[in-house]
Amino acid sequence: MVDFTLGEDLEALRSSVREFANDVVAPVIGDYYERHAFPYDIVRQMGKMGLFGLPFPEEHGGMGGDYFALCVALEELARVDSSVAVTLEAGISLGAMPIYRFGTDEQRAQWLPRLVSGEALASFGLTEPGAGSDAGGTQTRAVLDEATGEWVINGTKAFITNSGTDITALVTVTAVTGVNPDGSKELSAIIVPNGTPGFTVQPSYSKVGWCASDTHELSFDDVRVPAANLLGERGRGYAQFLRILDEGRVAFAALGVGLAQGCVDESVAYAKQRRAFGKAIGEYQAIQFKLADMEARAHTARLAYYDAASRLVNGRDFKRQAAIAKLQASDAAVTNAREATQVHGGYGFMNETPVARMWRDAKILEIGEGTSEVQRMIISRSLGL
Amino acid sequence: MKIVVLVKQVPDSGADRNLRSDDNTVDRASASNVINEMDEYAIEEALRLQEAHGGEVVILTVGPDRATESIRKALSMGPDSAVHVVDDALHGSCAVATSKVLAAAIAQQGADLVICGAESTDGRVQVLPHMIAERLGIAALTGARKLTVDGTSLTIERQTDEGYEVVTASTPALVSVWDTINDPRYPSFKGIMAAKKKPLQTLSLGDLGIAAGEVGFDGATSTVVEHSKRPPRQAGNKIDAGDDGGSKLVEYLASEKFV
Repeated sequence: MVDFTLGEDLEALRSSVREFANDVVAPVIGDYYERHAFPYDIVRQMGKMGLFGLPFPEEHGGMGGDYFALCVALEELARVDSSVAVTLEAGISLGAMPIYRFGTDEQRAQWLPRLVSGEALASFGLTEPGAGSDAGGTQTRAVLDEATGEWVINGTKAFITNSGTDITALVTVTAVTGVNPDGSKELSAIIVPNGTPGFTVQPSYSKVGWCASDTHELSFDDVRVPAANLLGERGRGYAQFLRILDEGRVAFAALGVGLAQGCVDESVAYAKQRRAFGKAIGEYQAIQFKLADMEARAHTARLAYYDAASRLVNGRDFKRQAAIAKLQASDAAVTNAREATQVHGGYGFMNETPVARMWRDAKILEIGEGTSEVQRMIISRSLGL
Repeated sequence: MKIVVLVKQVPDSGADRNLRSDDNTVDRASASNVINEMDEYAIEEALRLQEAHGGEVVILTVGPDRATESIRKALSMGPDSAVHVVDDALHGSCAVATSKVLAAAIAQQGADLVICGAESTDGRVQVLPHMIAERLGIAALTGARKLTVDGTSLTIERQTDEGYEVVTASTPALVSVWDTINDPRYPSFKGIMAAKKKPLQTLSLGDLGIAAGEVGFDGATSTVVEHSKRPPRQAGNKIDAGDDGGSKLVEYLASEKFV
């Protein structure tokens, strides 16, 4: 028997995060967004309510939940604001999760407590100015200096979320550390603490959306870290980040569903009160059908991520389902944001209107954590093509 | 220190609320029910005291079966256990009768400190804290916007229209709080899962030595005879910004006691 309802715990979590998003995030986030400012106070409160520890076991200071619980929380946050949601998504999936999954006991003990409590953030340096979805194009190099027992890192990383806040502790960098027997690049992941000499966090980008999230270019100029900062096995960097990206896709799908649903919420409320030609615009079929399609998109995308997330937490193969969920959810987000703006008319084009923020925030969902084209590649491969 | 926090389940004040047409009591069946907002501040204050001074926090609720949802939510914020007084005979109870039930349950628990919200969003009578304290023969420190505990001595800042008064007492005592006292925490996932395993004791009127006739409609000192919907909002007063516009505005504000 297939049952798509959430259990009591997840429903209670959903309602707790929804209250938080409505009471704490919604009233102030527009101001942070306008100023392109990172909402430290909101992030601190998210840490206090345990959101950064959601999928981690209690022995590491976590909440004992799983990736499904994380997705539910992300959806509820993104329903109100995507900058805050992606800060949590990246903080967990790209920041703490690689260390939890691939770290040694020492690395976990050193970094996880602060990351899981939300006191500190970690970032994941994979993308480069010339290498995004094609990570084989990675140029950043790390050479082991046998004399000092240190990695010497040189290169540049681009679009790295959470990499330059006042509370960012480290970046996990993927770098070329040699050549595999088949001639391909040997990639490894290395932990570089913020503040290490030679590691420069460049000024914030001016982004179209996600304006209250923190994104920087990072440059590494003869940066030296101990050999022990290698995360996971040498040469396993490629396999490791594929796992991280597969999981991240499910989380991104939840972000997309949240945004798509937020567009429905805002548009339904607006359509009930905005009047034109003598009645509320929600009484016109032109608007009703738009809203019905928006709801249908959000709902189907939600079922797709529920499927991918439940496979993930049950230890089954989820790569194909994650790609489908991410593709559908990002499409639902972009389409719903466009339609929500249309429903809002001129007000939808004003930055102070929440759907305008959603419109600006939606597009990146078709790009980040694997573009929609990459998702289609994954899906078509699963069809034997 | 053992702290008992009073928690009431009420219809969501943000949604449509009604009285029942058959017996004029609050329609709880069709409403979306939540923890009385002020009670969340009471829970938070108790948890902060526990974090600072140790001890135990117990939730106490009088209400129908479905109030269990609100009790679990209260427990997910962090209290140790809960007591739920549920009895069909309680339906229709007035504030005086409810205070009898609550006082009996508190006496059975043996609390050093009782914390509750200053009012509920459905009844809004604000008398229950005083009635309970009177029945228990303990001090009532009501309407607190700040609470300080030092051993057995309690100090509150009682919020008033003009400012605040400092009131002190010794435990055992009852403190009622306003929403100015703290920012209640949001339940964490760990708290949500832990809440399911926390002890929840269910008591009937018999367990508290109270006869059915003392409460409910039979024991009520006041009953709602009839009710009607609030009339639609009337058009307001318009004051033109003429020569005497300013003084007319002040006159109006003074007549409404705004200034």
